[in-house]
Amino acid sequence: MPAKGTVSALSKPAPGFRIVLPQGLALGPWPVLGPLDLTIAGGRCTALLGPSGSGKSTLLRLVAGLLDEPDSVAAEDGAPLAGRIAFMAQQDLLAPWRDVLGNVVLGAHLRGERPDRDRARALLTEAGLGAAEWQKYPAQLSGGMRQRVALARTLMEDRPVVLMDEPFSAVDAPTRHRLQALAARLLAGRTVLLVTHDPLEALRLADRILVLRGTPAVPVEHPVPAGTAPRPARDAALLAAQAALLDQLAEAVA
Amino acid sequence: MIRALIAAAGLILLWQAFVMLTGLPNFLLPSPLRVAQALAARWDSLVANALVTGSEMLLGLVLGAMLGGAMALVLMAWRGGRRWLLPLLLISQAIPVFAIAPLLTLWLGFGMGSKVAMATMIIFFPVATAFYDGLRRTETGLLDLAQTMGASRAAVLWRLRVPAALPALASGLRVAAAVAPIGAIVGEWVGASAGLGYMMLHANGRSQTDVMFAALFVLVLMALALWFATDFLLRRAMPWQADSLLATETSR
Repeated sequence: MPAKGTVSALSKPAPGFRIVLPQGLALGPWPVLGPLDLTIAGGRCTALLGPSGSGKSTLLRLVAGLLDEPDSVAAEDGAPLAGRIAFMAQQDLLAPWRDVLGNVVLGAHLRGERPDRDRARALLTEAGLGAAEWQKYPAQLSGGMRQRVALARTLMEDRPVVLMDEPFSAVDAPTRHRLQALAARLLAGRTVLLVTHDPLEALRLADRILVLRGTPAVPVEHPVPAGTAPRPARDAALLAAQAALLDQLAEAVA
Repeated sequence: MIRALIAAAGLILLWQAFVMLTGLPNFLLPSPLRVAQALAARWDSLVANALVTGSEMLLGLVLGAMLGGAMALVLMAWRGGRRWLLPLLLISQAIPVFAIAPLLTLWLGFGMGSKVAMATMIIFFPVATAFYDGLRRTETGLLDLAQTMGASRAAVLWRLRVPAALPALASGLRVAAAVAPIGAIVGEWVGASAGLGYMMLHANGRSQTDVMFAALFVLVLMALALWFATDFLLRRAMPWQADSLLATETSR
């Protein structure tokens, strides 16, 4: 649960949503996702795993409203999901011509709104980027710092639903470890759908784990270890679960 | 920089030696010394004519860049524009400027107008194509992100596609700055009352080859200055753009 008074905290409880694809989903002639009816719980982190090309990102894009399938995703509270989603991709997708602060307020800039720079500065501080970095351009930052900026930008949007597509796969292992802990803390209370190919990441962060298997892919439940996210990586139960999950992912490929 | 100067000095020495050894007549190939003398003797008229040519180049560059940029934006924003204007754009480049130079002189007169028009036509194309290419190649992830952020089509064009395409536009402008002298000089060769091209044509008619070389020298200097000034300004305007070549060269 988020600590009271932090800038990243959510004002209202986050809604869950339901994905219904009675016929599955095909991109052109290729069937990608099998028939599915999936409910993503509000305020929890759901991890979606699967081998490359299993349709993880397609499912995420579907929820983000980028696939033009408007009837397949519905929020539990009945209101439309569009406008309540923040998207964080594998690449940090920072605009190279805007400095760190300018990137964090990109959403407001694109909507023609007045950006709340104080909030942006506070969020950057929470994401671990001090004032010395705020005027830098993305090209001057390390991969880990760029992902921190992307995380701050995602939080700046202040959307109850956050979709993450392998958000930390492009950074080195220690940085990823730190960023996972940071994300778990800052995203607490939001409905998070986390696409990843890293079993450890899913086991550390998720309240529920789904593995996409087969072609076209269907989600299969996988047990989650006890404890709340971020779970310590050195925990024996977590490591055993990682081995089991790896086995299941390997089967999904075969 | 110093290496370039040494190379230039070496070439000039070779040239001087070649002329002295072969004893070529002055009207065929003047020695660098003769060119330098002509440069000094005709300095006033060289400067006056260079100002005319320089203005034509600059005006052509500004007009061509503006038209090219506008063309790229129209092609990007207006779907029908692609079907109607893209063939037109290609046809405009299939016509050699040299072929229509006399026509432009006929329509716009012997003054600067026809030369500026010629330079504009030459500059327009690299700017339009480079910028249009850049506008089309915005990272799709960034466009997806903008969609989830609720950006309008206009905002995506002006606040995402255009800034993302600025490096491509800069490449087009660098090419434009390099070809700008061609337009102005071709125009002056066909018919003019002033300018370096006019001066060269005049000197050519009187077999004053040394004056031709002197004018050519001034023209090359101007073209170089224009290119470096453009490059400098573009770099200053885009400090965020990482220059990997510069980074590796300075780190050594």
